[in-house]
Amino acid sequence: MIRYWEKWNGFEADAMRVIVDDFNASQDEIFVEYSSVSQIDRRLMLSIAGGIPPDVAGLWNYVLPVYAENNALTPLNRYTEAAGIKRDDYISVYWDMCTHRDYVWALPSTPSSTALIYNKKLFREAGLDPEQPPRSIAELEAYNEKLMKRDEDGRLITCGHIPAEPGWWNALWGYWFGGELWDGKQSITITSPANTAAYEWVASYPERFGARDLMSFKDGFGNFASPQNPFFTGRVAMVMQGPWIYNFIQNYAPADFEWGVAPFPSVDPERFPNVTVVEADILVIPAGAKHPEEAFVFIQYVNSQAPMEKLCLGQRKFSPLRETSADFFTQHPNPYIREFHDLAQSPNARPVPSTTVWTLYANEMNQAFGRIWTQTSSPTEALSDVQTRMQESFDHRARRWDRMENTLLTEWEKP
Amino acid sequence: MTRMERKRLCMGLLFISPWILGFLAFSVYPLLSSLYHSFCDYSVLSPAVWVGAENYSTLFNDDVFWRSVSNTVFFAAVAIPMGMVLSLSLAILLNCKVPFQGLFRTIFFLPSLVPMVCLAVLWQWMLNGDLGLINNSIRPLLNGINQILGTHLVPPNWLQEAAYAKWGLIFTGLWGVGHAVVIYLAGLQGVPQHLYESAEIDGAGFWVKTRHITLPILSPVIYFNTIMGLIGTFQVFAVPYVMTGGGDGPERSLLFMATYLYQNAFDYWNMGYACAIGMVMFLIILSLTYLSTKLSESHVYYEGK
Repeated sequence: MIRYWEKWNGFEADAMRVIVDDFNASQDEIFVEYSSVSQIDRRLMLSIAGGIPPDVAGLWNYVLPVYAENNALTPLNRYTEAAGIKRDDYISVYWDMCTHRDYVWALPSTPSSTALIYNKKLFREAGLDPEQPPRSIAELEAYNEKLMKRDEDGRLITCGHIPAEPGWWNALWGYWFGGELWDGKQSITITSPANTAAYEWVASYPERFGARDLMSFKDGFGNFASPQNPFFTGRVAMVMQGPWIYNFIQNYAPADFEWGVAPFPSVDPERFPNVTVVEADILVIPAGAKHPEEAFVFIQYVNSQAPMEKLCLGQRKFSPLRETSADFFTQHPNPYIREFHDLAQSPNARPVPSTTVWTLYANEMNQAFGRIWTQTSSPTEALSDVQTRMQESFDHRARRWDRMENTLLTEWEKP
Repeated sequence: MTRMERKRLCMGLLFISPWILGFLAFSVYPLLSSLYHSFCDYSVLSPAVWVGAENYSTLFNDDVFWRSVSNTVFFAAVAIPMGMVLSLSLAILLNCKVPFQGLFRTIFFLPSLVPMVCLAVLWQWMLNGDLGLINNSIRPLLNGINQILGTHLVPPNWLQEAAYAKWGLIFTGLWGVGHAVVIYLAGLQGVPQHLYESAEIDGAGFWVKTRHITLPILSPVIYFNTIMGLIGTFQVFAVPYVMTGGGDGPERSLLFMATYLYQNAFDYWNMGYACAIGMVMFLIILSLTYLSTKLSESHVYYEGK
């Protein structure tokens, strides 16, 4: 028997439960005991420290580096090599986010990419062609001007797109301007001209629409997972979201809600076409797991084509595997799933930086974004504070790695 | 020591041993362990590496840490006196002989029974800049002022503006004064009636009696509540953590020492650094408690002394 902890609850958890049941029924040597666990990243850390981790855990790709460098995971190279699983089997970004420091630490379960989701009805009402979503930042802003509405007191009622809603990718706007968050090795590059341009674009919102107006506009939004989600109530006409938005629309949007999907506009669609943020749920074997062999058999099962498609269909996502069967897209309830799938294969499909300081970086960027949004700092000032602080933390982690490197590499090479 | 004394000592120790063992295992050991780990680079999962005072030197140059200290000190400096005045006045009022006294006491205590997380979520909505109850009640007032004076006053977006966020939190905290009120009420029962009677004969009014009889006799209770308030405000965590969704609030205005400690320990995997923050917090609370003990020595009246 092996124990499997998964972060999901709700219908995503149920979709995975079906796969677990299929696996348990398909053979009688390994039984997977499946439980959904809240705050899994912290609980997993404590269970590994306490020496009683589960055999398989479902995490997010962005926590992989910090888990790997803290010796909390089992390297999978030996298993993937023996099973003949390789990078070519996957859409490459999803394989790459499962590796860190030249080791394979995980295999993906369900992937995602982000795109521009827009409300066709609001487009029509503003005299815009609902089949012509904006392609560049300049077009996006032209659309914004047309979509914005105020009431007689001057309070904002409707906006086109605002980068603060829902505010999940505050750190990553540089990607649509050709920016990088780090050089891939040892330097933080948040103050680069491309990133500065991105946050000057963010700063242009409070300049044009008024910082206080935007704040009380945003304060009037309901919860994301509710019918009061401002995108569903028609208060914002465009948002950046992933394939999961389909479920939220099914559950919370009005019955006559009409929506479309397009790549989120970049500053220059010729130079930077199809920019998207890619993320994935991943399956790992925690360090100290009692049954790593059996755990991998299960992970391998999830990563074979038929169960993977069943899982992704259940979770309303696309498959991270390179091969997708022909009827997957026709069976899929989300009419735009192919757009998300194709975006993930774009050369501009970008994950968050594969570094142990990502949570800190994201928090620092949220602070910087807030300062820019409320006009308490200029973009240059806010970004240079992030640069200084992040470079220090980065160097600190590099020192930790230097101290630990030999011990860890020996540990990871152990059969 | 005679055999009898030794026997008695053993018996005594035996009887308090559950407490001593608990104290050793759950207070002394974690304290010493975090003292040790505050000198290490430690991430919980990999072994701790001794780095000397590195964590402390980083800490003293860490602007964000100092921001959390100043936030915490500001919060304590405003919330403790405000809480004290409010809870003491409530206790004195609730001590008046009026009809439905018990009912009033219950009503004022009720909010203290709301769990902290619910309290935070509830006040998040109360303080909402657009839909909140508070802004909807002050908006007509401000509109009136605007009409008369021609100004453009608008209610603040409490939890989104750095200048107001802490005040929002302080108001939230005042909701929980019920516990202090109960302690003050208990203290008020101990004020001897004959002192009031003789003061009344001398022509003393309500204020004079409060100032010269009630407050001096309540002083040990006030002192106790202050120390508890000090410890409570310096460890403030759950309410701002929930209100900001685990973040730091606008311009880190809701980042407190305990939040920063938690973030370092569990979000950033810097347990050694978090231990150092814990040690500094411990020293600050210790010295403030010592200071207030010294300062209040001549002002606190103990019946037995």
